[in-house]
Amino acid sequence: MFTTDLALAAPQLILAGAALALLVVGAFLPRPDRVVGFGAMAALAVATFAAATGPTGLAFQGALVADAASVFAQVVIYLSSLVAIPLGQGWFARRGIRLFEFPVLILLAALGMGMMAGAGDLLSLYIGVELQSLALYVLAALQRDDAKASEAGLKYFVLGALSSGLLLYGASLVYGFSGAIRFDAIAAAVQGQAGTGVLFGLVFMICGLAFKVSAAPFHMWTPDVYEGAPTPVVAYFAGAPKLAAMLLFARVLAEAFPEAIPQWRQVLVLIALASVAVGALAGLAQTNLKRLWAYSSIANVGYAILGLAAGTAEGIQAMLVFMALYSVSVMGFFACLSALSRNGQPLETLGDMAGLFRQRPWLSLSLTIFALSGLGLPPFAGFWGKFYVFKAAVNAGDPILLWAAVAALVGSVIAAFYYLRLVKVMWLDPAPGPTDEPPVEAGIIAISAAAFTFPVVLALMPAIDGYARAAAAALGLG
Amino acid sequence: MTGILSLITFAPALGAALLLALRAGRPASVGGDGTARWIALVTSLVTLGLCVLLMMRFDAANPGFQFVEDIPWFAGIHYRMGVDGISILFVFLTAFLTPICIAASWTSVDQRVTSYMVAFLLLETLVIGVFCALDLVLFYTFFEFGLAPMFLIIGIWGGKRRVYAAFKFFLYTLLGSVLMLAAVLAMIGASGTSSIPDLMAFRFEPWMQTWLWLAFFASFAVKMPMWPVHTWLPDAHVEAPTAGSVILAGILLKMGGYGFLRFSLPMFPDASQAFAPLVFALSAIAIIYTSLVAFRQTDIKKLIAYSSVAHMGFVTMGIFSFNAIGVQGAIFQMLSHGVISGALFLCVGVVYDRMHTREIAFYGGLVKRMPVFAAVFLLFTMGNVGLPGTSGFVGEIMTLTGVYFSSTWTAVAASTGVILSAVYALSLYRRVVLGEMTNPALAEITDMNLREMLIFAPLVIATLWLGFQPGLIFNVTASSVDGLLDAFRTAVGH
Repeated sequence: MFTTDLALAAPQLILAGAALALLVVGAFLPRPDRVVGFGAMAALAVATFAAATGPTGLAFQGALVADAASVFAQVVIYLSSLVAIPLGQGWFARRGIRLFEFPVLILLAALGMGMMAGAGDLLSLYIGVELQSLALYVLAALQRDDAKASEAGLKYFVLGALSSGLLLYGASLVYGFSGAIRFDAIAAAVQGQAGTGVLFGLVFMICGLAFKVSAAPFHMWTPDVYEGAPTPVVAYFAGAPKLAAMLLFARVLAEAFPEAIPQWRQVLVLIALASVAVGALAGLAQTNLKRLWAYSSIANVGYAILGLAAGTAEGIQAMLVFMALYSVSVMGFFACLSALSRNGQPLETLGDMAGLFRQRPWLSLSLTIFALSGLGLPPFAGFWGKFYVFKAAVNAGDPILLWAAVAALVGSVIAAFYYLRLVKVMWLDPAPGPTDEPPVEAGIIAISAAAFTFPVVLALMPAIDGYARAAAAALGLG
Repeated sequence: MTGILSLITFAPALGAALLLALRAGRPASVGGDGTARWIALVTSLVTLGLCVLLMMRFDAANPGFQFVEDIPWFAGIHYRMGVDGISILFVFLTAFLTPICIAASWTSVDQRVTSYMVAFLLLETLVIGVFCALDLVLFYTFFEFGLAPMFLIIGIWGGKRRVYAAFKFFLYTLLGSVLMLAAVLAMIGASGTSSIPDLMAFRFEPWMQTWLWLAFFASFAVKMPMWPVHTWLPDAHVEAPTAGSVILAGILLKMGGYGFLRFSLPMFPDASQAFAPLVFALSAIAIIYTSLVAFRQTDIKKLIAYSSVAHMGFVTMGIFSFNAIGVQGAIFQMLSHGVISGALFLCVGVVYDRMHTREIAFYGGLVKRMPVFAAVFLLFTMGNVGLPGTSGFVGEIMTLTGVYFSSTWTAVAASTGVILSAVYALSLYRRVVLGEMTNPALAEITDMNLREMLIFAPLVIATLWLGFQPGLIFNVTASSVDGLLDAFRTAVGH
């Protein structure tokens, strides 16, 4: 039995072993950053392979789940962690920071996310969330002599700790009133008659998770942290951790509270619409692109939660497709930002982007693709995510969701203004001066992500559709 | 012949990809503009050649979809293409106008030529795709994606207030379209298919038809544009470069009318009938009101833009008359307006390229220095007025006749538009071309050169040919329109 458990947990174990080993290796080598970086990338590649080809089932008495959903999320998470390593190492090296801890922290964050993707009970849920969060707090503050980055790290940590507290408190309430920690046992104990205590706990857990995915009204940390943290780190934590948290969100709701759909649906619709509204309206006032994309991510998480609110397998599939596509394009966007500088100063405001098309046609074409994808213009990746989400919301058969979908669509028109403004600035405005030669690795990552967003996604959609469908089916909602 | 539609649709995109590939690795400032122009022109001419082949192979007696391609994609969406007697003519119109636009931009666009040609070829692909798509989601994809190149065409190569106009164009149209997206999703949910031929046979519940009709109407009415959501059009037209205006008036506006014919009538027949009085009222108001507004304009392009809104009023009115003569007339009017308004914008472009102003008051007496221009402009002004012998006449008389059978008062009100169009169009002609040449700046203005004459030649021929032989069009559309109306009558029960 124990060997079966180990086989099921192989991807996570590989990451944990690699992280510990690389930490030791790093402590003894004279110039460890490159070796540790390659080692971490290799570990992530192996873990991706192990996750994709490994067995499925319940490990450790159901504490860890290996199913189509956890595989789907792990593949996306590990691959984006893999890409984040060269992106971040190059960026930090150009600033004279050659910390071998960077790849190790990415590995630990990926491990936490892998735990979140496969969490089967409240304990592994909390351990996964905490491991992931702690690694990301440190990553945000890695540029430790930079005041803004330290501020971002601290803010992220304090507010993140608050949300972990909410999550833990909610989990304890659920455990106290249901007497179970495994999701399926909670569902069996509650038996469709969720009392006030359990619902109270559920709402606290929803709040804690909404904090992690930066959904309104728990979004306040996002713009500040995005603005202050190093750009490649933002590229990493804007995408994959949100996918992990959203899957966890779905798993808690679908596996532990499958019969309380009417109760949690109203909370989720409210969160979704608030996020879309905040993301669309507050984004209009932003001039810093990292802040702007923080608001854009708030709105996007709103759409993903709308899919979840449908309370159907179709809705979970929609959420997974949406988050997977979103994590690629958001990573590409921040990779673009990390590649661009003028006289050594990073380009971060809308005004900095003026006339970029004349100077960096491929990078600005990539940024244009990400902007149009964020806007939801077909046939870019962002549109297909929204297409799935709105289809699920319309098909759920609840008039509230139908109207929420229409309201969210109108929100996307408002947000269209700021995406278009970025396109306009790059293509139409005159450039203030020449930009620096972009670093190779960031350029490659940015342009590949753009090529994925359009047109490669059109060829891959049938496969993504199938995997996400299988993943959603594994969570067991009708 | 399967595959020809995809070839026609994506040939311009291939040309655009070639342009991008040639451009890659070269700094933007280095030349190669001439090459870009020729590649774009040749690509669009090849597309036109393929379209001629398509027209020759088209079986006009068959009311169904032809040259159908069907490849399953994902989530129930298919890559499904096909044309019938209604859509094939719009495909042809697009392929016909694009080379003219490219030729017309030959010298007037001298900034970022490669990007310009890429945007135009991409737009051609997307517009042809709109008319060929037989899957709802595929249609929506082409329909929406077209906003992006048009945004750049207006925004980069437009006039002084181009940024404002580009934003207004994009956001206005997007708002209409997202409501359509909601309806598209609801339709897929209710019927379980996104295939347009299947949806034409599917009967939605009457209450649902009402909502779906309104959502599609929101999108098509903006695109058309119908009064009172037409206000983006004058801004977009005035600021767009000449060729952008030609594409906008000639083709993009027709997507609205095409949408009514392809979606609203066959899929929501009960709602279409219920809302016909609304459409009639809005059309009649559009015809009279925008004609009056056009008369008061001081900018030549704005005047023609408002006249486009008025002419589109005839189209919407004809479509919702639900009889063969009205619908045929509406299709004819769209095609004829595509040629005539395109030609009028090109006429404006001719004088604008020389004088860089579109103020009517600036001009006067051009006939003395530009006799050829005066003759060409006269022909298209007459076409715009609807003089018998030009294609403009056929569309107007047929839509009016068709509407007369459905709603006599609408026809009476709309027929005043014929007089009003004569008022504004002829007064424009008088103020620009006739009279004394009082402005000394015009003393050295030159007449049209050979390139410009070559550009106008096909448009002149098309206007007169369709004016004298409208049957060319009706032969193609008749069986599809009859099929559409038969299904419509069966659906609404008389």
